[in-house]
Amino acid sequence: MQSLLPLIPFLPLLGFLINGIFGRKYFSKTTVGLIGSAPVLVSFLLSIACFNEVATSGPISVTLYPFLSVDSLQVPFGFLVDQLSVWMMLIVTGVGFLIHVYSIGYMHDDEGMWRFFAYLNLFIFSMLLLVMGDNFLMLFFGWEGVGLCSYLLIGFWYNNVEYGKAARKAFIMNRIGDLGLLLGIFLIYKTFGSIQYAQVFSQLGTLEIGAGVVTAICLLLFVGAIGKSAQIPLYTWLPDAMAGPTPVSALIHAATMVTAGIYLIARCNGLYSLSPDAMHVVAIVGLATSLFAAFIGLRQNDIKKVLAYSTVSQLGLMFLALGMGAYSSAMFHVTTHAFFKALLFLGAGSVIHAMGGEQDIRNMGGLRKALPITFWIFLIGTFAISGFPLLSGFFSKDEIFAHVYDHGGAIWWALASIGGLLTAVYMCRLLYVTFFGNFRGTDDQKHHLHESPASMTVPLIILAVLSVLGGVLNLPHFMHIEPSSWMAHWFAGNGVGGTPVIPMGEIGIDASTEWMLMGIATAVALAVIAVGYVMYSKPDNLPVADAQQSGLGKLFANKFYVDEIYDALFVNPIARLSKLLHYYADVWGLDGIVDGVGKSVMGLGGYFRRLQNGNIEYYLMGMVAGIVLLLLSVFA
Amino acid sequence: MLEAVPIEYFLYLCTLLFVIGVFGVLTRRNAIVVLMCIELMLNAVNLLLAAFSTYLSDAQGQILVFFIMVVAAAEAAVGLGILVMIYRNTKSTDISLLDQLRN
Repeated sequence: MQSLLPLIPFLPLLGFLINGIFGRKYFSKTTVGLIGSAPVLVSFLLSIACFNEVATSGPISVTLYPFLSVDSLQVPFGFLVDQLSVWMMLIVTGVGFLIHVYSIGYMHDDEGMWRFFAYLNLFIFSMLLLVMGDNFLMLFFGWEGVGLCSYLLIGFWYNNVEYGKAARKAFIMNRIGDLGLLLGIFLIYKTFGSIQYAQVFSQLGTLEIGAGVVTAICLLLFVGAIGKSAQIPLYTWLPDAMAGPTPVSALIHAATMVTAGIYLIARCNGLYSLSPDAMHVVAIVGLATSLFAAFIGLRQNDIKKVLAYSTVSQLGLMFLALGMGAYSSAMFHVTTHAFFKALLFLGAGSVIHAMGGEQDIRNMGGLRKALPITFWIFLIGTFAISGFPLLSGFFSKDEIFAHVYDHGGAIWWALASIGGLLTAVYMCRLLYVTFFGNFRGTDDQKHHLHESPASMTVPLIILAVLSVLGGVLNLPHFMHIEPSSWMAHWFAGNGVGGTPVIPMGEIGIDASTEWMLMGIATAVALAVIAVGYVMYSKPDNLPVADAQQSGLGKLFANKFYVDEIYDALFVNPIARLSKLLHYYADVWGLDGIVDGVGKSVMGLGGYFRRLQNGNIEYYLMGMVAGIVLLLLSVFA
Repeated sequence: MLEAVPIEYFLYLCTLLFVIGVFGVLTRRNAIVVLMCIELMLNAVNLLLAAFSTYLSDAQGQILVFFIMVVAAAEAAVGLGILVMIYRNTKSTDISLLDQLRN
């Protein structure tokens, strides 16, 4: 297995190179799709083999060559595949492969299909490096790689200026976070003298709880996570990222890339456990984002924007879990979220495909009959994310809520539950407005309505099955159904240093309280689903236009004016400063100096050229005068 | 006999000849006269060289004078050749007309 391990990231890289170099000229679209998807499938199969190996004989680590060797800084290009890495690899390659297959159908009419698959493969490569690396530098390498791919894919339809701007926004927002991550890595090197996971985490015992330097490291790493995983205050890029093709939204902005921040903190759980202050910050930011994004999601009418804010909100929930010390619960939610959010996005893609590019849910309605498979799939996704009993989201969210109740108390639990309630509200609104009632689009669109091809529906069905059954991975221990808490036990397996990768989280509340919490959450979810059906599925009921919104609704519809505030506070001042600098420093200052040198040389030249008037007597006079001056200077 | 003439006299004579040459070069416009004045300057220096050579009893100076005369003859030939070409082109030997290199 050790020799095959490097193939897992490098096969997608090979796919990227082949499609990127030869794709446009030599390959048909089917070939492009095949070359793009096959490496990811092989990587997925190899990841399964890795999983088996890790399960039987513990973590695998491979060092390919010394990547960086400067004085005491030794960074190998090495892979560390432990319980956490292999789980992320399975999600990335598994969900990634399904999305590749889906893309074959979805992107079939696009001229740039070769480019699309090349970027997707590059993304898979970067994400695999991120999760497989055995040091922070490789994590950073993959971290930047996924940022780049995100930029390329958001701006995939680069002829549209707005899409290009959205891509730039995502890139710049991510860069702000990356700076924090980079500083965090520097501080880790300064503190521990190494940036390899094994060496860093083995020194944790020497530090005391609450040490200032650990808090600083954790907060800096968290800044990186905020940027990549779209938390307050750097979340605004994610909704704009919906400019990219829908499979991109599913793959990058829901299932994999945005979970990199969760992975980073789960990977560094030993560090975070030493810093209660940093964990508190993580929890507060997570909870705030979860509520904030959920409120915005209530009043969005773009099918993808609703899902985008829902992603931000769910990521906030995961950070809340991390802040509560429930690392494996967060990873559990990452997993189930990857299933049902990929499902929802791909379902939305199927709807958009059928509607000929229409994304406004006010122009849809009644799609239940025209798109039966998509409808059922979307229904499953919606119910899973809303916490419908026994679906995957039900278990993963419930586990997080139990930890929040245990570690944070009733108020934290109530606030988190409001976030969960709001999730159910806006998701049901989306479902009912889109698929129930009467069709509100044009006759042309109605005529065009069709169910998507098999390459799109088959991945959807697989994801739907996973969304339904995903909860089995980590059944609550108080239900006493084997295998209970399987995933928590899996992550608690011994990592490379012989210590648990993620220690088992203890829940201090008794089973009856947990049953009660679960009962409340279930009742709320069911009530919302029922009330939502009554409210939104009426034929003549549809969301009001943006201009008619009032009060809070208007505030939500305009996303709390955060974009406008950022524009006023940061973007416009910086743009103005840039213009000032452009005029004064660049045009006036630098260009002035450069042009000034040129102009003064020309001016002097013009002045001196009068000396050369071609008159021989004049030259001779000059010569004699020169000689006389020379002699005078020597002898006088 | 030559020893009877003090070296200062030679210096005065040569300086006078040289200054006459310079004055001629600067004031006259006829290219032939200018060339002749240049020869005058050259020979003033030659004369001085020979005088110092005798004064210092060192024959090298006089040998050098012969070389200079040969080179000067060659130079004069080239100068006159150029002058002939100028005359053919401009029908004149007035050097103040030769300002074509200005532009």
